[in-house]
Amino acid sequence: MNTLQLAARNLIRNRRRTLTTLLAMIVGVVAVLIFGGYDRNIRLGLETDFVRGSGHLQIQHRDYFLFGSGNPAAYGIRDYAQLMQKLQADPQLVPLLQVVTPVLDLGGIAGNFAAGVSRTVYGRGVDVAGQNQLKQWNAYRMVGLPQRSVALTGTAPNAAVVGTGVARVLQLCAALNVAGCPQPLPVHPQGSAMPADLAALPVVAPAANVGRVQIELLAARASGAPNVASLQVVKAEQQGVKALDDISVQLHLAQAQQLVYGQDTPQVSAIVLQLRHSSDMPAARARLVQLLQGGSQPLVVQDFATLNPQYGQITGMFAAILGFVAVLIGAIVLFTVGNTMSMAVVERTVEIGTLRALGLRQAGIRRLFVSEGLLLGAGGALLGSLLALGVAWLINHSGLTWLPPGNSERIPLLVRVAGEYGMLLATATGLIVLSVLSAWWPARRAARLDIVEALRHA
Amino acid sequence: MSAIEVVNVSRRYQLGSVAVPALRDVSLRIAANAFTVLSGPSGSGKSTLLNLLGGLDHPDSGHVIVAGQRLDTLDDNRLSDFRARHIGFVFQHFNLLPVLTARENVEYPLLLAGVAASERRRRSTELLDAVGLADRAANLPGQLSGGQRQRVAIARALALRPALVLADEPTANLDSHTGAAIIALMRDMQRQYQTCFVFSSHDAQLLAAADHAVLLRDGQLQAPAAVQEAA
Ligand SMILES: Nc1ncnc2c1ncn2[C@@H]1O[C@H](COP(=O)(O)OP(=O)(O)OP(=O)(O)O)[C@@H](O)[C@H]1O
Ligand SMILES: [Mg+2]
Repeated sequence: MNTLQLAARNLIRNRRRTLTTLLAMIVGVVAVLIFGGYDRNIRLGLETDFVRGSGHLQIQHRDYFLFGSGNPAAYGIRDYAQLMQKLQADPQLVPLLQVVTPVLDLGGIAGNFAAGVSRTVYGRGVDVAGQNQLKQWNAYRMVGLPQRSVALTGTAPNAAVVGTGVARVLQLCAALNVAGCPQPLPVHPQGSAMPADLAALPVVAPAANVGRVQIELLAARASGAPNVASLQVVKAEQQGVKALDDISVQLHLAQAQQLVYGQDTPQVSAIVLQLRHSSDMPAARARLVQLLQGGSQPLVVQDFATLNPQYGQITGMFAAILGFVAVLIGAIVLFTVGNTMSMAVVERTVEIGTLRALGLRQAGIRRLFVSEGLLLGAGGALLGSLLALGVAWLINHSGLTWLPPGNSERIPLLVRVAGEYGMLLATATGLIVLSVLSAWWPARRAARLDIVEALRHA
Repeated sequence: MSAIEVVNVSRRYQLGSVAVPALRDVSLRIAANAFTVLSGPSGSGKSTLLNLLGGLDHPDSGHVIVAGQRLDTLDDNRLSDFRARHIGFVFQHFNLLPVLTARENVEYPLLLAGVAASERRRRSTELLDAVGLADRAANLPGQLSGGQRQRVAIARALALRPALVLADEPTANLDSHTGAAIIALMRDMQRQYQTCFVFSSHDAQLLAAADHAVLLRDGQLQAPAAVQEAA
């Protein structure tokens, strides 16, 4: 008969109150774990999304991140192929790396001269094979984020994929089968043909204009007069964020390089690196910094959270809500257990007096009631975790979907509780610590009761 | 030889602004290995005195010596340990631990004293047998009658063979027949275990069974002769 056994028996003796207290704790644990699992799912989902889009790390010109969007061509990486080779041959990096692929960003004006419309766009030249490899990343085994190939896959060298906003403004909706894309009222008398000065610019790929949907892309060059290319738009793709959707044009890397660098040696804006595991980021980054040191170009390494500030914003928001929920539930647990133990102390005043008379020290009384709090906490944590696993399973199999911020497709609403040992452990530990804390004060009061008064208690 | 010495003990209770004297300058010795009864009218200070003897309460002045130990020199922990070792209690309302069986209740003081499990079991068996409850060892207090509970309590009080067993009106909650049986048992146990039993009681049966009687009135010893006799 040790203290824990005694505590357990007292809890069992007061079955109803124990169960009510446990119930409050279980509801709390389930709430924290389900919301935590939801937060976890969003966090990992976003990470997966961003890592598939822009890799874990990017090597860029030092000033590219802050100033590059003004003139991407001016902040290119020279000898990028050589650098990529060096990275892919590095014995320290190789085990960490999954994909190394270059991208070239460019600013320009896209025009559908047939309709007499044009707009500023932000183009990205990509290596299709590399992009498709990036899209395979699924270290968190996310469900509902399909590992789809990019739309440029298998297209002609002059193919392009535009955002639906670009398609709308350039009046390509009908030709590209974009749904929900109204025609604008005419605002200006429409121009009829390509201006003569534009037509006079060197056309990079006139021969390949075989597709039905054609746009001209005028791009600022690294130096000299702008270049123009005829691109065959194969698809309009929703970009999630409207600002991006309205300006995005994706094209093949070679095409983009031809536009920006013409006959000069081609460069890229960034080398995208994707790792096998996100947890390797610090190691990979440290090694990259080492390898880049002393090179002829001022290159830096950026991580995906820096490149995608919304990652930090969204996860920060969820973390704040989760923290708020946890604090709220923690407070409820604190008061519930505190109240339960206070009632127990009052009810068992004579028993406390008796135990003291029999020679149990104050610390022994304290230990007895704290043990009851501990057992309540442990029981609540265990049962709550089990129930949360069940509820999570139900939610995950209920077919609910939601539209995450910055996404264009609904994805399954999932909560990650199973296998999230860190979260389960933290919640259980938190609950037990709180229970013990809230039992502490009543236990202290019990220990300090005057023995004679306690024995006289009716 | 005396098991207990009470030296100029006074105890007042503060009721609002009024100090109620419960014991006034009481001195007495109580013999070891004897059956002593504290008697006196209600409110005369019997319970107050017993609480002081048991180290549950502290006098406002004077001191108490039990088994050669001045209780006022002990801090709370050492006083607790002292009670566990040297003093057994029998209460009017039995005060068994409701979640423990009869046997576990008897073993509890042994557990506190760190007695090994096998020895605990041996002694609880012996004691339950002695109080006639060998067959109820596995019962919870709620499953026992008042008389049976008090027997368990007596066995518990004797578990560590204390120098002193204190009982405040141990028969007040029992019918006279059961009370008589309990008194007989205690008398018997007192002889068998060679300890000092001190009671408070209004019960004439108990008074008759006692070796010594101490009479209290208004917080003072009534018959100095009784003190002499007890000494
Ligand atoms: N906690 C207390 N607060 C105030 N006064 C008290 C307290 N306990 C006892 N008294 C007073 O002290 C005096 C002695 O009380 P005590 O309980 O010792 O009497 P008693 O002899 O045991 O009486 P009874 O036979 O009724 O049990 C009484 O006047 C009582 O009112
Ligand atoms: Mg009394």
